[in-house]
Amino acid sequence: MSSPLALDVADLSKKYGDRMALSHANFEVPMGSICGFVGPNGSGKTTTIRMLLGLITPTTGGGHVLGESITEPEKYLPRVGAMIEGPAFYPALTGFQNLNVLAKIGGFATDSIAGLLDLVGLGDRGNSKYKTYSLGMKQRLGIAAALLPNPKLLVLDEPTNGLDPAGIHEIRTLLRKLADSGTTVFVSSHLLSEIEMISDHLVMLRLGKVIFAGKTSDLLAKQQPVIVAKPENVNDLNKLAQIATAAGHEAIIIENTVHVTGTSDFSAKLNKAAFESGITLESLTPVKASLEETFFEMTGE
Amino acid sequence: MWNVLRAELTKLRRPSLSASTLLAVTFVTSLITSVLFLLVDSPEGNGERGVRIGRDVLSLPTGISLSFTNTAGLLGVVALCVFAAQTAQEYTYGTLRNLLVRQPSRMKILIGKLGAMKLFAIVMVTFSAIVGITLSYLFADIKSISTQAWSTADAKTAVWHSFINVLIATIGYGIFGMILGLLFRSPISAISIGVIWNLIFEGLLSAFVKDIDRYFPGQLLSIVAQGGTDRISYQYALFTSYAFLIVGLSIVAFLFKKRDVAN
Repeated sequence: MSSPLALDVADLSKKYGDRMALSHANFEVPMGSICGFVGPNGSGKTTTIRMLLGLITPTTGGGHVLGESITEPEKYLPRVGAMIEGPAFYPALTGFQNLNVLAKIGGFATDSIAGLLDLVGLGDRGNSKYKTYSLGMKQRLGIAAALLPNPKLLVLDEPTNGLDPAGIHEIRTLLRKLADSGTTVFVSSHLLSEIEMISDHLVMLRLGKVIFAGKTSDLLAKQQPVIVAKPENVNDLNKLAQIATAAGHEAIIIENTVHVTGTSDFSAKLNKAAFESGITLESLTPVKASLEETFFEMTGE
Repeated sequence: MWNVLRAELTKLRRPSLSASTLLAVTFVTSLITSVLFLLVDSPEGNGERGVRIGRDVLSLPTGISLSFTNTAGLLGVVALCVFAAQTAQEYTYGTLRNLLVRQPSRMKILIGKLGAMKLFAIVMVTFSAIVGITLSYLFADIKSISTQAWSTADAKTAVWHSFINVLIATIGYGIFGMILGLLFRSPISAISIGVIWNLIFEGLLSAFVKDIDRYFPGQLLSIVAQGGTDRISYQYALFTSYAFLIVGLSIVAFLFKKRDVAN
């Protein structure tokens, strides 16, 4: 039996005038997963998120969020936390007051606000006005606001924008913790390396079209691993590439290294063959293709 | 809807908005009251558009609330600005998307906002009434105007009627501001267009074109605040001005419900 779905969209499209912002998108996100929603700027990520949250009406198609149709957002939004296209709050109110406004509108308990501010690292700045916050602090407040309903589904649009490396690490840890406690996290980003680190599922968009939807591991497994070999003597580069090619593997020379397509089992064979040919290797590293490389390969960019 | 109203009150209660609004209300009420009483003997007049309001009129039971009634137009401008800004800023700050995620019923958002702003208008008008009546006693004493009739039952009725009429007019101006806020989605555009329309366009045309004020919502609301005039009855002014506002509000409410929130 397949796992229950937190999100599913079928044939979802949005057209603005002559421009197709999203074209016939189909994807599913299993409950409890961290799903990365990736694509370059303008690929339709925010448009999709807005449709899922009932902010804009699809031109065609539909979908479900937490089992409810996206045409009836009032049925699922009380269980959804969201930060869309960056944080947006009232500058003259404090962080605490801003969360208080949203908690009141949603009918949520306001006694969790102080705890949420602590959780995102704003405990000591909750009573400062929003307009005095740095970009990173604004981002943290946006995440706290998204957590107000104790959500079953958390939708975050570019949550690490403006955060320093420590802040990015904290958010990554927080998202993993939330997923472990059963919250589904749907997180959009154009930082593919960031998404690769946290997501177990992926939806990839390019020019308004879904080019991949599924498990991150499945996508990366499709990519040929590469062995990077570095000879001690640069004069041996061509000879080393010829050895790999003779064994039936593609090899290219990049700077002082030879990149050989092949799984890690070939590393030992290559090492032995190089040694027998009188080549001393300084290093031999099997490298898996990154999400970024995979994305560029898929999109041809 | 109640949740939205409570949330809106949190925003409206912030010191920067409430203090500046009450300061503006104090300023306009003091200005109108001082002109009305301190220039009572001036040949240039002491009322709107140079009208002379004599000591005999100010000594009547209605004299106690006259300054407050005359303040309605400017109170209306303040209400227009506050209602327009509070509505349009949701677009400029991008906070509308947060509100709609927490309360997907757009009509509940609109009704809750309107309810909170009406409460804000009640506070404004009450404050103006207190300032106006207090200053009226002070200036009447300075100018030796009799205030004997101001403590009669008729005076209390006059104050109550004035309060209701000024409140209806102020809320009307505020709704006009809210309509502009929803339409233009920018506080600066909504406020400038609203003020230019009310003070300049309607005001100038009404001064030069006879009877055209019968068709202008701003002018009619001003007549509602006065309790009607010799030319235009209270009932006509109230019905026509609010008919304009209800039609306008229905149109923008429809747009608000249907429009994509893409910012």
